[in-house]
Amino acid sequence: MISLTRALFGSAALSLIALSPALAQTNITFFYPVQVGGPLTAVVDGYVADFQAQNPDIKVEAVYSGSYTDTTTRALTAARSGTPPTVAVLLATDIYTLIDSGVVEPVDTWIKTDADNTWVDGFMPAYLASARVDGNLWAVPFQRSTAVMYYNKEAYKAAGLDPETPPKTWDEMVEYGKALTTRDAAGNVTQWGLGIPGSSNAVHWMFGALVAQNKGKLSNEDGLYTFFDTPEVIGALQYFVDLSTKHGIHPPGVQEWGTTPSDFLEGRLAMAWHTTGNLGNIRTNAKFDFGVAPYPGNPDPASVLGGGNLYIFEGASDEEKAAAFEFIKFLTSDELLADWGIQTGYVAPRDGSWETQAMKDYVADVPQAEVARRQIAVSVPEISTFEGQRINEVLNAAIQSALTGQATAEAAMQGAQAEAERILSAYR
Amino acid sequence: MMTRNAKVGLLLLAPAAVLLVAFTFYPTVATLIDSFYSTPRGRRPSEFIGADHFRTMMADPIFRIAMINNMIYAAVIIPGSMGLALAMALLVNARIGGRALVRLAFFTPTILPMIAVANIWMFFYAPDYGLIDQFLGLFGMGGNNWLGQPGTALWALIVITIWKLAGFFMIFYLAALQQIPPSLIEAATLEGASPSQRLRRVILPLLMPTTLFILINAVIEAFRLVDHVIALTRGGPNNSTQLLLHYIYQVAFSYWDTGYAAALSVALLLVLALIALVQFGVLDKRIHYR
Repeated sequence: MISLTRALFGSAALSLIALSPALAQTNITFFYPVQVGGPLTAVVDGYVADFQAQNPDIKVEAVYSGSYTDTTTRALTAARSGTPPTVAVLLATDIYTLIDSGVVEPVDTWIKTDADNTWVDGFMPAYLASARVDGNLWAVPFQRSTAVMYYNKEAYKAAGLDPETPPKTWDEMVEYGKALTTRDAAGNVTQWGLGIPGSSNAVHWMFGALVAQNKGKLSNEDGLYTFFDTPEVIGALQYFVDLSTKHGIHPPGVQEWGTTPSDFLEGRLAMAWHTTGNLGNIRTNAKFDFGVAPYPGNPDPASVLGGGNLYIFEGASDEEKAAAFEFIKFLTSDELLADWGIQTGYVAPRDGSWETQAMKDYVADVPQAEVARRQIAVSVPEISTFEGQRINEVLNAAIQSALTGQATAEAAMQGAQAEAERILSAYR
Repeated sequence: MMTRNAKVGLLLLAPAAVLLVAFTFYPTVATLIDSFYSTPRGRRPSEFIGADHFRTMMADPIFRIAMINNMIYAAVIIPGSMGLALAMALLVNARIGGRALVRLAFFTPTILPMIAVANIWMFFYAPDYGLIDQFLGLFGMGGNNWLGQPGTALWALIVITIWKLAGFFMIFYLAALQQIPPSLIEAATLEGASPSQRLRRVILPLLMPTTLFILINAVIEAFRLVDHVIALTRGGPNNSTQLLLHYIYQVAFSYWDTGYAAALSVALLLVLALIALVQFGVLDKRIHYR
């Protein structure tokens, strides 16, 4: 019996010695979504391998977790059951939900050296703004996007328009749309001038651009107030509705986000609003010469930002969080963000990325990629509030009721504002 | 002291009992309890709020829309898919050319995952260049935005569901049809029964046990099948395709209002329990089991 106990202790001690290098290692988990096409998990695995080669004392377990919504669900569920990821890529707009759930930690806790400050200053201010709440930096911009207008240059030529000058104002866009909308002998439309997605997963984003173009805004900086019933917002919705009902240049009803790229590729739409993330898809599949234009304005142009940020979760040890911070700095270096942008179509959120040789070569090859970057100066953050998903659904349903003629723009937005007030008043 | 038999009996029951308790009874009771508590948020823990969630539900216009939509959805899908399944089963049970091929064709929708089905139909329904619109365009009736108009979106989803379910139910009807002794049909024929009389008086009564089984499945599917809503419309436009289970999913996993989602689940459970009671209580008595 004694010899057995001794043997057990002995082997336990031996295995402790064998494990000790592993004990010095810090393990972190990294949840990330893939929202656009391409074999991107392999790319991420490559980044992780490079990071581990540079930091042998840190081990990163990268977990592909589906779409943004799936990843948020997984991260929040894991956090509630006590095993949160250390780092995750989640929607920039989830920031209030994450803070309110008490699962994320401000990143600026870890910003200590001058080098760290220089690194933070390298991000484009527009993207950094969407990660700041109450004076703290809660997230780090990673895979960011913006909405742009794709247009068919051949359709422009056929309609007698100059393919190098897309519309710059709302009035011009209607004018162009009228020239581009074609009908057959029976009066059926064979090509629509313009398509703006109005389906439930996207319209709050697209509509944010229209509202910004009309000099309005959907929500305030602290995520507690919405402005759905202001004249600017109602005016933007009225313009959206008029595109179809008054001007006849937009398909009636709700344009589906998912089929909009193929509608454009099939020639059903001469101009289409979508994300820069679809540039790769359209580049590969377009059988005609196409252009990417920044959004028009009324009268000043504006667009919306979108995409995901890197968050550090509560609940890990300080060593793990420090390791997570190192990993985040690695993922957001100029070179890596440039590479990620080239592989995906996302907009690298650092000016330095656009100065790298790889990015310069890419832009020389695909000049359309640069439109998104030039537009960022006039882009606003997307709508972001407490109970973000619920507020978005309220807004989406209201916009759709106006687009489908069930309510006037004014009544729809007043109803949505009342509902948003009811939901948000609990957080003030 | 338990007899040996009782012990063995209990042991044999144990696996099923453990599974039922863990995955059916416990979640049901937990949901019921949760529905009386508020959703914990950040610094505010969950607290007992009585029937507040149920009062919210009564005043919630989206819940009402989801309920009405789900009733329409069920009322069309259940008879629609069952009728189509019976018709297809009768067709492929008869001696027709290429019978195996037709059976396979009818069964194909069942083996496709619903998300794949939804993505196929998204392009059937696409305005102007979609399959359906191209066909209608030949008669000058193109330009329909099936999924993008509140008047047609729910019906577009109903068609997909019937298409998907009918092939599955057909298999059960086909199996039941082949169990009917040919002598009964021959006897009816000798008595001078017309084909429609044979169907109504002989075949349909003998299919009743199968019909009940399919009916129960159809009811479950009518409340359970919402994958295509997530893939195609996410409840839009303006909640016109909002179904109860999809709304529960949205409230629970998009809005993270777990307390309210539990209350909605209790409502769904009640609806299903009521339907099950009617089915077993009323219909069971009228069915002749051999």
